Amino acid sequence: MEIDQNSPNIHIPRLEGFTGAEKPLGAGYEPGKGNNPADSVLNRVLPNALTAKSDELFALARKSSLWTLSFGLACCAIEMISAHASHHDLDRFGVVTWPSPRQADVMIVAGTVVKKMADPIKLLYEQMPDPKWVIAMGSCATNGGPYYKSYSVVMGVDHLIPVDVYVPGCPPRPEALIYGVMQLQEKIQKDATQSFDKGSSDKNDEEQ
Amino acid sequence: MQVNQQVSEHSDAIDLMVNMGPQHPSTHGVFRLVIWVDGERIVRVEPHIGYLHRGSEKICESEQYNQIVTLFDRLDYVGNLNNELAFCLAVEKLTETIVPERAEYIRVILCELNRIASHMLFYGVYGLDAGATTPMLYGFRERERVQELFESVTGARMMHNYIRIGGVKEDVPEDFEKNVKKLLDDLKKGVDECDQLLSQNEMFLARTKGVGVISGEEALDYGVTGPSLRASGVIEDVRVTDPYSIYERFDFGIPVGSIGDCWDRYFVRVEEMRESIKIVEQALSQLPEGEISAKVRRIIRPPAGDVFVRTESPRGDLGVYIVSDGSDKPYRVKVRPPSFANLQALETMLKDTYIADAVLVLGSIDIIMGEVDR
Amino acid sequence: MLPNLSTKGRQIKMTRNSNISSKSEAETSTVAEALDQKGSNLLKNLKSAFAEFPEMVFSVSLGMVVLKSGPGKLQDVCELLKTGEQFLFNYLSCITVVDYEEQEEVFEVVYHLVSIDYHHKIAIKVSLPSSNPVVPSVLNIWKSADWFEREAHDLFGIQFDGRKNLAPLLLYEGFDGYPGRKSFPFHEYEEW
Repeated sequence: MEIDQNSPNIHIPRLEGFTGAEKPLGAGYEPGKGNNPADSVLNRVLPNALTAKSDELFALARKSSLWTLSFGLACCAIEMISAHASHHDLDRFGVVTWPSPRQADVMIVAGTVVKKMADPIKLLYEQMPDPKWVIAMGSCATNGGPYYKSYSVVMGVDHLIPVDVYVPGCPPRPEALIYGVMQLQEKIQKDATQSFDKGSSDKNDEEQ
Repeated sequence: MQVNQQVSEHSDAIDLMVNMGPQHPSTHGVFRLVIWVDGERIVRVEPHIGYLHRGSEKICESEQYNQIVTLFDRLDYVGNLNNELAFCLAVEKLTETIVPERAEYIRVILCELNRIASHMLFYGVYGLDAGATTPMLYGFRERERVQELFESVTGARMMHNYIRIGGVKEDVPEDFEKNVKKLLDDLKKGVDECDQLLSQNEMFLARTKGVGVISGEEALDYGVTGPSLRASGVIEDVRVTDPYSIYERFDFGIPVGSIGDCWDRYFVRVEEMRESIKIVEQALSQLPEGEISAKVRRIIRPPAGDVFVRTESPRGDLGVYIVSDGSDKPYRVKVRPPSFANLQALETMLKDTYIADAVLVLGSIDIIMGEVDR
Repeated sequence: MLPNLSTKGRQIKMTRNSNISSKSEAETSTVAEALDQKGSNLLKNLKSAFAEFPEMVFSVSLGMVVLKSGPGKLQDVCELLKTGEQFLFNYLSCITVVDYEEQEEVFEVVYHLVSIDYHHKIAIKVSLPSSNPVVPSVLNIWKSADWFEREAHDLFGIQFDGRKNLAPLLLYEGFDGYPGRKSFPFHEYEEW
């Protein structure tokens, strides 16, 4: 079959007539070292395609568009709003505040958690669909802060819900909150490729 | 908490109960408002507070006087310096300390700038309540300018812990006057810009004019103070009628509204920002040299007695009542929060309004839950 | 506004747990010293208006007139203060409860009133026995007393006669004890 080199169509050649193959297809694969993308079939026919595990792709999508539940309780809420405003812009990270818990990914608990508020917090956390993360912002949400051992304060929001990132400060600067969000993004990316099987060949497991 | 159903007075139907729960984009903190509606018209309103009650007053009884300033910072967490000033004035009155002139002037300059920052936050958030997203960015841009100055003077953007008993913590940096002059120029333009953007906007007027009206006598009976009271026509400003610190040396006006609706409450605050700029200009031109703090002991033991001081915070009449028994820790500290009393008038303001107006009326009172619940 | 005192000031003994409330300044010389013109006019008017209530005790504390009353007469006193022409205290600023249970077995309820027209203020102190703290409610006189009384009931357990709906305001329903009182075990925190 005549192959017209100048046509813009991508045509997949047949296996026998394939030129320029020094080693057979699949010879670059070594178990335990990961697929060498330069030798893969797909790279010879579609040279500018990116391959990745689907987990990593989903993690990239999730971390680049984190919708936070607008949940400012106390003083830290003002710094959270400042972080969303135009000076320290959180929108460039894809972070948008969303009032409804049913469509939010992250809950930034900003402020003191009071015992009267504990039930609503649990309800809101359970209303958020998976995957969801929690950032505890400020020292009140971390461990009670300046109201340590007061009669009506819960010593940190991690008594109620699991927390992923703690941002210390009273109140933390907007830059600190942005750093916390970036740490959460790294965590989302790393968690996607983590596997829990025994004897796994994943690089992350060896580090632990 | 259980809330009960009630039968409508117009028919046999049960009124619909709508819960503006503690988590809501426009309740300005953790505030729960249970509304019974008949169609779209509000029949009854029941506010629930206490979702941020941290026990500050009780904690004050086990802390020394110097340490309490940080607790007061976190009560009204938008106008921090005004709270610190109220507490320090109370303790200074009790111990009969004379504060040096330079410290008084610095305090007034910073407190008035804090008032402008607080009203800018109100402006931004109120625009958001009405449905406009641009005012929020404009308001926060101006607020960032003020916070930058605060950072250069006090070291922190929000919880300053700068106004101490006897004066202020440390002297202002060398380029303070230059920075404040530039800041005032920027703020004048900023306030004009914000005013032009929202105040005469048709949609904003349609939503806020005539909504949430309360008369002057009724507001005073409920204990409403501050811009919300002045919007109803009552001329009452603690800085003028019961002056504290050095406010009697400055020449400024008190903006007073006429009807007492949401637009009046909003515009009184915009005009107050302009008056605050005037006060800062006058104070800056009169700023003297000298000490920045009176000689006070490290551990303050005021004489036994009690004192009640009223100051004008951006939200209204902030009162502090301290009972001392002669030791280094106070016997009782009570804070009279302006938003606490202002919120009581919400039920009256929401009579015969639609449910869509509930958000706007609540926003126009400008409450901060940190001081309502303490 | 700092009171106009001479450089010597007033000599007050600073001892721990001394006599706590300012009951000792009823002498006329210190009264004239510590009050300004407006305040001393107010004191004169008060003394003449309350001539038929002999159990009222007037004193001065740091430039402010303080009135001590019993719980029974509170409603009449407040009516007179609100409607009397020289007084017109139309703004109730604050209701505070101070716990003197250990020292004198009383709860002291302090009302701070301000007059918007005449620009003066006054404090009323009412002492209640700590075993049965009941005081008539002033809700029918000033509507701002509503939430202040609910808070006092919540945190201290004071009963207010003549009003309903003393539902918990600041604490959650089912909270055990009165946290404002000194007898509340503040330093023993129970893990949530």
